[in-house]
Amino acid sequence: MFYYLFKRILYAVPVLLGVTFAVFLIISLIPGDPATAILGSYATPENIENLNRQLGLDKPFFQRYLKWVVNILQGDFGTSYSLNRPVIDEVVERFQATLILSGSSFLICSIIGIFFGIISSALQYSFFDKIITFSVILGISIPSFFLGMMMILLFTVELKLLPASGMYSLYGGGDLIDLLKHLIMPSTALAIVSTGVVVRLSRSIMLEILRLDFIRTARSKGLKEYRVIFIHAFRLAIVSILPILGLQAGFVLSGAVYIEIVFQWPGVGRMLVDSILTRDIMLVQGGVLFVALCYVIFNIVVDFLQLILDPRIREE
Amino acid sequence: MNVLFSKIIKNKLALLGGIILFILLLLIITTPFLNLSDPNAINTSDRFSLPFTSNYLLGADHLGRDILSRVMWGTRLSLAVGFSAALIAAILGSFIGIIAGYFGGFFDNILMRSVDVLMAFPYVLLALAIVAVMGPGLFNSLIAVAIVNIPFFARNVRGISLAYAKSDFMIAAKISGRSTFSCIIFELLPNLIPTIIVAFSTTIGWMILETAGLSFLGLGSQPPQADLGSMLGEGRASLIVHSHNSLIPGLMILFIVMGFNLFGDGIRDALDPKLSQGKLGRSKALTDLKKNFVFSERCSKSFLEVNDLTTKFIRNNYEIEAIKKVNLSLQKGECLAIVGESGSGKSVTALSITRLVASPPGIITEGFINYKGTDLLNINLQTMQDIRGKKISYIFQDPQSTLHPLQKVGSQISEIVINHKIINKVKLNKEVLELLRNVKIKDPERVVNLYPHQLSGGMRQRIGIAMAIANKPDIIIADEPTTALDVTVQAKILSIINDLKRELNLSIIFISHDLNVVSKISDNIAVMFNGEIVEFGKTKKILNNPNNQYTKKLIKSSPKLSLVKKKYNA
Repeated sequence: MFYYLFKRILYAVPVLLGVTFAVFLIISLIPGDPATAILGSYATPENIENLNRQLGLDKPFFQRYLKWVVNILQGDFGTSYSLNRPVIDEVVERFQATLILSGSSFLICSIIGIFFGIISSALQYSFFDKIITFSVILGISIPSFFLGMMMILLFTVELKLLPASGMYSLYGGGDLIDLLKHLIMPSTALAIVSTGVVVRLSRSIMLEILRLDFIRTARSKGLKEYRVIFIHAFRLAIVSILPILGLQAGFVLSGAVYIEIVFQWPGVGRMLVDSILTRDIMLVQGGVLFVALCYVIFNIVVDFLQLILDPRIREE
Repeated sequence: MNVLFSKIIKNKLALLGGIILFILLLLIITTPFLNLSDPNAINTSDRFSLPFTSNYLLGADHLGRDILSRVMWGTRLSLAVGFSAALIAAILGSFIGIIAGYFGGFFDNILMRSVDVLMAFPYVLLALAIVAVMGPGLFNSLIAVAIVNIPFFARNVRGISLAYAKSDFMIAAKISGRSTFSCIIFELLPNLIPTIIVAFSTTIGWMILETAGLSFLGLGSQPPQADLGSMLGEGRASLIVHSHNSLIPGLMILFIVMGFNLFGDGIRDALDPKLSQGKLGRSKALTDLKKNFVFSERCSKSFLEVNDLTTKFIRNNYEIEAIKKVNLSLQKGECLAIVGESGSGKSVTALSITRLVASPPGIITEGFINYKGTDLLNINLQTMQDIRGKKISYIFQDPQSTLHPLQKVGSQISEIVINHKIINKVKLNKEVLELLRNVKIKDPERVVNLYPHQLSGGMRQRIGIAMAIANKPDIIIADEPTTALDVTVQAKILSIINDLKRELNLSIIFISHDLNVVSKISDNIAVMFNGEIVEFGKTKKILNNPNNQYTKKLIKSSPKLSLVKKKYNA
């Protein structure tokens, strides 16, 4: 098992290198002089020359890449020009907020998605199943940012129940309850599409499993239906559902960008959009790289969980 | 093509999607001819006009521009951008997939590792990075969304190409001296088209959403040009006071994406039945009875008696009678063999007894199954669950697929024990080990902790038998228990079943197509053909002196029958 884990981590190394290379390449592809792009059109020639030397941009491409990777390994993601603070500090701070938002959305889409997927497969052909199927189609078609705006209209403007922006109240609050109140709408809006996908796929995975011979065996043993479905069938289904959850983690991390804009959530996504508009390239680079690295690590964890759950893979 | 069309028509949701797309098509074609006002004409005196007022059917936005006209033109733009992005992703992705799959080796490695890298990014972040470099703008966001979706096409196409590259017709084409180019274009590509169409139709909705999303963030279309996403983004500023400004473009996006998703699902189901979701039915816990099923009035005290049992398979108004008016009886301690060729209805008979026939499509239309004075067709699920595994248990044909693949065999056995009685853990473990010893497993302490895939076929079938005898049932129904095993293992399993039958005074219904096997174990034989029992009687009598034409043929076709005859003559 540890051999497998080791192999999986080893396999991730080229992907990690590839990710850093891709980010570096994209940023190097900026048309024209990178220093001009960073400093904007008001920079004097001396400013640009200074920055070029400071960034080591007068050196050859691979030398620059190598130096850049070494710096990142030491936790140095460069300095943001618009904020005048180390990129890593800003990114880590923002990432915590994103993690709270997308983490809770991930929990919602996993738990609700799998639960309704199972129920709807167990009740196939019923009215309930049809309702679920239709809701799923609606759910995966609705833009999360539009849904978020409609939720604000309903729950903030009309019902005056929930706060529409930020992570904590500006005055007072600041405790867990306050955070949860601010979290409900954005995390739900963000989770909707992923929940739809998880319901749909876990339903179809369960339906395939419920036709298998060992389910008939379980029934021939006289087991109760809830045991047959929630234990026997689900035990096998979860192995195939896990990688889908891994993909959904990527989706909620992505979708967080829109939701953070709609709900003024102080996360990485909003930071990225702002820094693109202010052309703060170092911040974009650091933010994208940091989130991508976290996502790769998350996927290793998912693979490892799958390995724990399926003894057949362990022995291959 | 006609088949595809009719399949989509039949699928109600896909039809709905098709209608939505048709309406959209009409809209974008007619927009330029509709005499709409200029979508960019600013008229500040009419700012935020409400829908259905003055000259504005859908109201006006924060600059007094006609929302109806803007939504119509915005829809055109959004569709064009989403469609182009999907097309670019499909072409580039398929190209990469074909090269990687067809040539394999080095190309495959390099290309697929690059695709892995692209997939390592949460997709919007990658799109953001690309837009960051190229600068905000509609064209740039289109390119970004296309690049982000390349991996999906590349992976799908590569998988299929890889399979086709090694297929006989491709090898034949290569040997015949045709150029690589011609092989790919004329042999490989036509086979990939369905895959590409399915991938395209299921992702285009997403891509429209993604391009709208980037515009919403202000990174796509730049004013005054507006697609639906940027209209929604602009509307957000006045969301609370003038919600119609965001509501209308938002609903339009929902409408479009839903149309594409519904239609895309329909195309996928029609082109690739394997991928279709939810078309495969699950089976219910009890086989359905026919509507208005007439229960038998008969009262019988016999051990097991099956009367006029009829089970049908019904699917899409097409029905087959799997078994017709089957009559059987079994006494305590007796072994009844049911023999016949594949598809003769043996298994359906066996499964119908405790209503385990998969339903749908199975349905019992007639009959009476008396077990010790109870009609098994006339009891509820709970009562049936008390009988299954406790009074009547099963041994199935293929222990590879009939045991739970991820559950230790020990726990699969203990499960059937605790399901029917209350027992403490220590006793339970002892009982499980004892059961394993009963089926002649030498080191039960080790075997209980193994998974089915770690056992041989013969060992797995012993586990199946141990489960079946766990609660000392009255009747064991063995559905071809030795068919999947090789001959020497077969003999061992048979002797185990025979020994247990004697020790526990079991009644057995033994199903097989093999007369040799049956002759060794059964007291009575029922011969089935085409869903009906054609002959029923003492084993010896039927084997030595068959009446029915089919039975005679069956005996003739059995390879070692001469030996059997000798045994019974002796």
